[in-house]
Amino acid sequence: MRTQEHGRVDQSLVIGGRTFRSRLMVGTGKYTDNQTMVRAIEASGAEVVTVAVRRVDLDRTKEEGMLHHLDPQRHFLLANTAGCYTADEAVRYARLAREAGFNEFIKLEVIGDQETLMPDVAGLIEAAGVLVREGFQVMAYTNEDLITALRLEDAGCAAVMPLASPIGSGLGLINPYSVRTIKRRLSVPVIVDAGVGTASDACVTMEQGVDGILMNTALAAAEHPVTMAAAMRHAVEAGRLAYLAGRMPRREIAVPSSPVTGMLD
Amino acid sequence: MTAHVTVTVNGTDRQIAAESSLLDLLAALELDPRAVVVELNREIVRRPELAATQLGDGDSIEVVHFVGGG
Repeated sequence: MRTQEHGRVDQSLVIGGRTFRSRLMVGTGKYTDNQTMVRAIEASGAEVVTVAVRRVDLDRTKEEGMLHHLDPQRHFLLANTAGCYTADEAVRYARLAREAGFNEFIKLEVIGDQETLMPDVAGLIEAAGVLVREGFQVMAYTNEDLITALRLEDAGCAAVMPLASPIGSGLGLINPYSVRTIKRRLSVPVIVDAGVGTASDACVTMEQGVDGILMNTALAAAEHPVTMAAAMRHAVEAGRLAYLAGRMPRREIAVPSSPVTGMLD
Repeated sequence: MTAHVTVTVNGTDRQIAAESSLLDLLAALELDPRAVVVELNREIVRRPELAATQLGDGDSIEVVHFVGGG
């Protein structure tokens, strides 16, 4: 239903049959310290928090596992397959992540190029098919190509995650048209993953009508991550509301806001 | 003389007592089995099976957990 006064009523974000309370999802990498990370996640209001799967450091010279810092009761742990360059490798990491015992969700990444971290879309579609058949809820990190997004949906992905711009680049939404097209053509949720640099990027991205945003470096590499996390929370909500409100038409000429009649002689 | 076998754990060779189980190995490494996931020769070994899974010479073990990531 739509009234001029209130606009459309928003619905909850549902991915793979599970309802999420926030449209902002955040990563846990690259923070200077864990206390800042925990406070930033808190300020972001995010429910979904991503983690990576890596070898335990048996010499204990590096930091402890994430579970020392994150409460799995409070946050939905979304494991990724970051760093995987083949479908087989990504499937292996996904299986390990699921065995940790938290949920069936996986943020699937199959990277094709070290410099740009662009996805290997052939490997991605292959891995998605395998994991879906094994009962995973696959959220696939992809580029902004419509056909790849459609193939990922066909493969049974629970969500498709086109990038705004390359991972860690902070360049913002480079191709709003393509992201909008993917959103228009897919039935599963579209979560923009990677590339958002600051609050305005997040707002513009949400204004395209996508279902959510996942970000990491924009918070972790901000001068003040906790403050940026709060800004992102507002930006995602503002962008979502603006999308639902329906923006005014663009015009190439000015139209006065005040009456043109009733002027003094 | 105690018999030992050589296994590879996270890429590094280690001597462990013969007839050790995966659970014994985790205990020797001071790791909580609930906080890690274990692969033996590229096959995941589920937690209930760690105690009954005996290690042999040349086995390759991966012990992983969640770390920060995006």
